[in-house]
Amino acid sequence: MAVTQTVEKKKRAPFPVEFYRSAVGKKWVMAITGLGIIGFAIAHMIGNLKIFLPDVDGIPDIDLYGEALRELFVPIFPEYAVLWILRTGLILMFVLHVHAAYSLTIMNRRARTTDYEGPRSYIAANYASRTMRWSGTIFLFYLLFHLADFTLGIQPAAPETWEYGEVFANFQATFDRWPVTVLYVTAAILLGIHLYHGVWSMFQSLGINNPRFNTWRRYLAGGLSVILTLGFIAPPLAVAFGVIT
Amino acid sequence: MNIVLQVWRQDSPESRGGFKTYQVKDISEEMSFLEMLDILNERLINQGEEPIAFDHDCREGICGTCGVMINGQAHGPQQGTATCQLHMRKFQDGETVVVEPWRATGFPLIRDLVVDRSAFDRIVEGGGYISVDTGSAPDANLIPIPKLVADTAFDAAACIGCGACVAACPNGAANLFTAAKISHLNLLPQGQSERWSRTENMVEIMEEFFGSCTNHGECEKACPKQISIDFIALMNADYVKAKFKNRRLVSQNG
Ligand code: SF4
Ligand code: FES
Repeated sequence: MAVTQTVEKKKRAPFPVEFYRSAVGKKWVMAITGLGIIGFAIAHMIGNLKIFLPDVDGIPDIDLYGEALRELFVPIFPEYAVLWILRTGLILMFVLHVHAAYSLTIMNRRARTTDYEGPRSYIAANYASRTMRWSGTIFLFYLLFHLADFTLGIQPAAPETWEYGEVFANFQATFDRWPVTVLYVTAAILLGIHLYHGVWSMFQSLGINNPRFNTWRRYLAGGLSVILTLGFIAPPLAVAFGVIT
Repeated sequence: MNIVLQVWRQDSPESRGGFKTYQVKDISEEMSFLEMLDILNERLINQGEEPIAFDHDCREGICGTCGVMINGQAHGPQQGTATCQLHMRKFQDGETVVVEPWRATGFPLIRDLVVDRSAFDRIVEGGGYISVDTGSAPDANLIPIPKLVADTAFDAAACIGCGACVAACPNGAANLFTAAKISHLNLLPQGQSERWSRTENMVEIMEEFFGSCTNHGECEKACPKQISIDFIALMNADYVKAKFKNRRLVSQNG
């Protein structure tokens, strides 16, 4: 089939739809939503580290933190309101991020249907960049488990003793089961790998590129991956090895 | 030197292709890869066989017609070099070399190693031009352009349209080519009047034929002109801006 047909002009859809239709637009959306999710992940990681803080009047610090999240801006907004606004935003970001990734993957499969048979060796692409689809998908399944475990308390993901609002106790109960600890540690490493390419790639997709700071994008991606991975691994391991009781 | 060539042979777009192995004996290390193919073809013709079809023209690295996949690398093992400028001394005596055409849905195969790269022409038609007044020629150097800008635009303009970037990209994306073609005009004052329509058009035509960029960076390494993926970032930024600006223009037209 020769590529000679002329290109028909598509009908104009509403602006955001029109923008999202294009692959460059989808990548832009992936970068922005990725940035939002990273922001959440950083806040989440810092919140988790409260597990290491001493009790306040006999109540674990992290339980108070959970309480505070539910009561964000409380006299102005009703309880849970702000939390749910944030959650909705987060869910929306995940949906967009995954949908864009999914449709771009389909587009790319179509664009290259025959593989090379020569001893193809990648020169620039690294392990992280080539496994984005895998690390992302596996992480998504892990997220479902994680929500069932901590947020919703659905067994067998959650421990039998799970109780709403008892963050510290739930935390301990869940990581007393070593396969769960292994799962969480693996997921944190996957997240790190995903971000190693994602953070660097984000600048490229947004078109933020300046020769003066381009090398720093690599360092930033590496640094952020390591910090987030370690930050998320520390609390489960601390429970598993009995550092906190 | 002697080498063993495994070449993709396919009579027509519809027919099924496959690899054929050729023993290429007594060739000189000073030959270019294409000269080696010429010798092989002469021998094939003498034996009454069909010669291998491959694209070539200038043989000095400027026309961009000659690209093939050599041992899984676009334009072969030497970076910053088109196939016609690659010499046989880059290979070992007795080595097996696999030669394949570019593989991408946007580049349908015509015969053997020849693919149809006219999708690139469609992209360039979408905005790879500037408007100039006819009439007497303007004075040279009338428009001041900072040296750095001129150099950067020239780096982008070095693109010879060979398609190695698409061939090397695991996603079959043409972002490096399109970015180069957009950037060398968008960076210069002469390219400003069509800047936003150019960017929007060329990107959207590109996406009808090719895959989407996942920022692997393989294209940059395959490019015989070593065009930087920084230009892709420039294109991405301009595309988003173009979307906003063109929208405003549309609304002004009612
Ligand atoms: S960007 Fe480089 S690899 Fe792509 S077509 Fe132009 S010269 Fe060839
Ligand atoms: S033949 Fe012209 S670039 Fe190789």
